[in-house]
Amino acid sequence: MNYGIVSQEQLEQIDQILTDKLIKLGVDCVIIIDMAGNIITAKDNGESKYDVYSFAALAAGNFATVDAMAKLVGEQEFSLLFHKGQESNIHFSKIDEELLLISMFGKDISLGFLRLNVVDVIEKIRQLWGKK
Amino acid sequence: MKDKVVQVKIVYYGPGRCGKTTNLEYINRTYRKQIVSDMVSLKTHGDRTLFFDFLPFDMGQIKGYDIKIQLYTVPGQVKYNATRKLVLRGVDGIVFVADAMEKQRAKNIRSLNQLHENLQSYKESIFKIPLVMQYNKVDLKEHGIPVLPTEVLRKDLNSKLKVPDFEASAITGYNVAATLKKIISSTVVSIQKKLL
Repeated sequence: MNYGIVSQEQLEQIDQILTDKLIKLGVDCVIIIDMAGNIITAKDNGESKYDVYSFAALAAGNFATVDAMAKLVGEQEFSLLFHKGQESNIHFSKIDEELLLISMFGKDISLGFLRLNVVDVIEKIRQLWGKK
Repeated sequence: MKDKVVQVKIVYYGPGRCGKTTNLEYINRTYRKQIVSDMVSLKTHGDRTLFFDFLPFDMGQIKGYDIKIQLYTVPGQVKYNATRKLVLRGVDGIVFVADAMEKQRAKNIRSLNQLHENLQSYKESIFKIPLVMQYNKVDLKEHGIPVLPTEVLRKDLNSKLKVPDFEASAITGYNVAATLKKIISSTVVSIQKKLL
């Protein structure tokens, strides 16, 4: 997959953004993946034990499917997805054509608050990416 | 790419019912100890692969980089080409599994041609990407089922590509590991070249 090379420094900055904006908010686990299902970076609160590799593969597949559905109904894309469960929820959001931000969180965070922060995170990551 | 990890995506491709999932299941059973995660399989009720199978495992280190191999299969049936294309996105290496049964001859060729087209849509070339050919189900010969001789399969599928090929039997495990080792080594070599 070719989205250019990310420096170690940029990755550390991205990790910092994820920690400050999402993990500190109470999100269990945040992953950035590419559309081929590779993990760019993963951060968690130290307690969650998700199998992030399988997760990334399925999430990329899931997103690609939804993308194909969007085209069928004449949409350019559905840029975000939300799955709600009893105890945990998953929020997917597109960063750009190649990258996806996935947040897994429990029932004590409100979706609205999370979305505000996700928008903020994506904006910051895009700026970082633009600087390379 | 963080923490010095290299993720390698290898896709098992081939016509419907040729044994791609069986390959992965055998690998999963045999190398259970090295595999940390469970195999993920998205199947239809009839036990056929609907979207993909996914099997990740660690391969140790090369030059200080952790190599994480991710094996995928595609659904083989003709009508699922859209999903096959999705799974091929960002692929690093391919195993083409051919069905050695005589009556499947045309299907193998059709599937290989489609692989060629699908790769082109990602601006990849079947002649450049690491590829290993596997002629599966050779064990059926012993059960009296007509099987194509390897020379015929080779002429059909591998006369232009000239990639490494193996006779195999995914159900008994014959040459499954050999195929896997070959594709891992050629893929890792090709990735090294790209990175240098």
